[in-house]
Amino acid sequence: MSAETPAAGAPAGVRPLVAERREAGMPTPLVGMLLFIASEVMFFGGLFAAYFNSRATHQGPWGPPHPAPELEILPVALPITIILIASSFTMQFGVWAIRRGDTRKLKLWTAVTLLLGVVFLIGQLYDYSQLGFGISDGIFGTTFYTLTGFHGAHVFGGAVGLTILLARSLQGQFSARNHVAVEAISMYWHFVDVVWIALFTTLYFLR
Amino acid sequence: MATTTLSPRAESYRRSWVLDWLTTVDHKKIGVLYILNSFLFFFAAGILALVLRSELAVPGLQFLDERTYNEAFTMHGTIMIFLFVVPVLAGFANYIVPLQIGAPDMAFPRINALSFWLLPLGGLLIFSGYLFGGAAAEGWTSYNPLSNKTYAPGVGTDLWIIGLSLVGTASILGAVNFIATIFKMRAPGMTLFRMPIFVWTVLVTATLILLATPVLTAGLIMLFIDRNYGGSFFEPAAGGNPILWQHIFWFFGHPEVYIVILPAMGVVSEILPVFSRKPLFGYKAFVFATIGIGLLSFSVWAHHMFTTGVVFLPFFTFMTALIAVPTGVKMFNWLATMWRGALVFTTPMLFAIGFISMFLIGGISGVVLASAPIDFHLQDTYFVVAHLHYVFFGGSVFGVFAATYFWFPKMTGRRLNERLGKIHFWLHFIGFNLAFFPMHSLGILGMPRRIADYSPNAGWTIYNLISTFGAFVIAISIVPFLINVVATLINGERVGDDPWEANTLEWATTSPPPPYNFDRLPPVRSERPVFDLRHRHVDEPGHAIVAETEAQP
Repeated sequence: MSAETPAAGAPAGVRPLVAERREAGMPTPLVGMLLFIASEVMFFGGLFAAYFNSRATHQGPWGPPHPAPELEILPVALPITIILIASSFTMQFGVWAIRRGDTRKLKLWTAVTLLLGVVFLIGQLYDYSQLGFGISDGIFGTTFYTLTGFHGAHVFGGAVGLTILLARSLQGQFSARNHVAVEAISMYWHFVDVVWIALFTTLYFLR
Repeated sequence: MATTTLSPRAESYRRSWVLDWLTTVDHKKIGVLYILNSFLFFFAAGILALVLRSELAVPGLQFLDERTYNEAFTMHGTIMIFLFVVPVLAGFANYIVPLQIGAPDMAFPRINALSFWLLPLGGLLIFSGYLFGGAAAEGWTSYNPLSNKTYAPGVGTDLWIIGLSLVGTASILGAVNFIATIFKMRAPGMTLFRMPIFVWTVLVTATLILLATPVLTAGLIMLFIDRNYGGSFFEPAAGGNPILWQHIFWFFGHPEVYIVILPAMGVVSEILPVFSRKPLFGYKAFVFATIGIGLLSFSVWAHHMFTTGVVFLPFFTFMTALIAVPTGVKMFNWLATMWRGALVFTTPMLFAIGFISMFLIGGISGVVLASAPIDFHLQDTYFVVAHLHYVFFGGSVFGVFAATYFWFPKMTGRRLNERLGKIHFWLHFIGFNLAFFPMHSLGILGMPRRIADYSPNAGWTIYNLISTFGAFVIAISIVPFLINVVATLINGERVGDDPWEANTLEWATTSPPPPYNFDRLPPVRSERPVFDLRHRHVDEPGHAIVAETEAQP
């Protein structure tokens, strides 16, 4: 046993590493982003569970506390929803552009997506100022602001990501072969969009 | 036996030793940092445990008042679970998993460093309540209304929430890293069913962390909003529901139990085959049992809430009892691995066997508590304290020490002294049982947990006295351990790359491994590549004849 030094002149037993390491399948950064999104799904799952649990155990009518008006999809909620959904499309146009190697379109679509995201955030803040109830006004206010607020925080995080993406694309860092950050941020942006669709449906339609 | 010859090490640029450790992204150094940090918190929380046991030794309030007692058990539980057992196992996983799958590092080395550095920050924030008018004092479960602004007005609870959120974030980032590493960085030939069992348990654990911890984060945020922004998630007067906290906490908290125990099971499953000189019995059954425990762990949280009266008892009793099945499969795997093996009773093997026997007791008391009618009697008594210490301490912490003794030669090139190790084990084992076995009786006699004092007429004094004595025996057992570690680091026996003649890839590189881990890898054709390499002449033509000839004297 001790006489064996296999690596020295025993290529049948031991082989070099680097050349054979697998590169097939999804790039590792995307795997990381998908796993992170899975954890985010569970985070929002916890918040949604709190919403439905509160609603199920709540006595009396469910909705904004008394003097405040009912939630309405116009004039703010529906337009900003359409804006956020549209931003998912513009994001994807950017991804398709860079897959073709079209860096000019990538810059354009990333900028448009960022703009739409910022408009969504401004619209949401405006909506908050018009609602007439706050986070401390009973369980509905608490769940409403916690859920929409944490979603808004995630849109803000996505906007930060998009800003970095825009800066990097302006520096010409992406190409058809090398653009994994674009793919990763786009996944996150689509996820944030899907959360909003679930949230919008829950708050405005499941009444 | 050295199975790799390494090229001359690549020169790295010079920097100071301290800066090197503070800024490292090497999974091995980060792993060591995790382990050292965890042991520091272990000693801090252990001292708190001694304070608690001293107070309870005899009736009457001798050292603490009720408030400080509550702070002490809250900090003890929180720190032991979130800053010792979980991160110390994550530390071993950090060091060992990339080596066991033949990878040069983790998938995201800088995120790996971030997830480590959030831990001391979070831990110090949790402890810092002591500096600002008192630490959190609601127990590690922080039930509402105990933790609302009325009953816990101090800033200590807020610091506890923030610190725990950071620790949770660290766990989540670590889990992303482990899963990505295990799926994307395996060596050629290492299929999923050739991965070492420890890697499998870490994979399932990371999945549980990834899916359970964010729910705790959501709950902590709700608690923070209730306490600081006038929220009413848990405030019945404003339409909220305090039971919601229990649902959220235990939806995280029960998978957490398996987050704590599964990697320790993985450690034991690495050690038993090595010191039984046999392969693990039923590798695939073990893997499926691990996955089964992971899946079931999400459907049993409400067994912590039987007495709330709002959960469906038969379902949660049934699901909880069902978890005993995959756990029993593992018990069978371990016993069958040792059966007729050439057992070698080294210190890691003793701790592994200690794990099996103590975890068995903890598992049995767990099934007892799963039965709703019995649970109604035992809820929040010392029986529960006994049960959780048999699984956390008798299970996970025995696994941690088994891992320490087993992988110390890999990390340092030196083996811990066996004589001191055995003294450590026996003191630890005896002290543990003295400390925690009487708690079963205390619970059945009706002593509630989390009380600072009790009546001399209750009949609990003798058991409490034994338990306190046992706690100090555990503390003393740490002394030979520390002496052993220091003495071995200074002047320990150098034992080469593979002192235990083990099976998995970490033993195929030098001890300690170079920064890039492997220059060359042996082929992976089974779950025991280093065993195959050691015996590879068996495959060569003519070997059988040679062996027969050699057999004739």
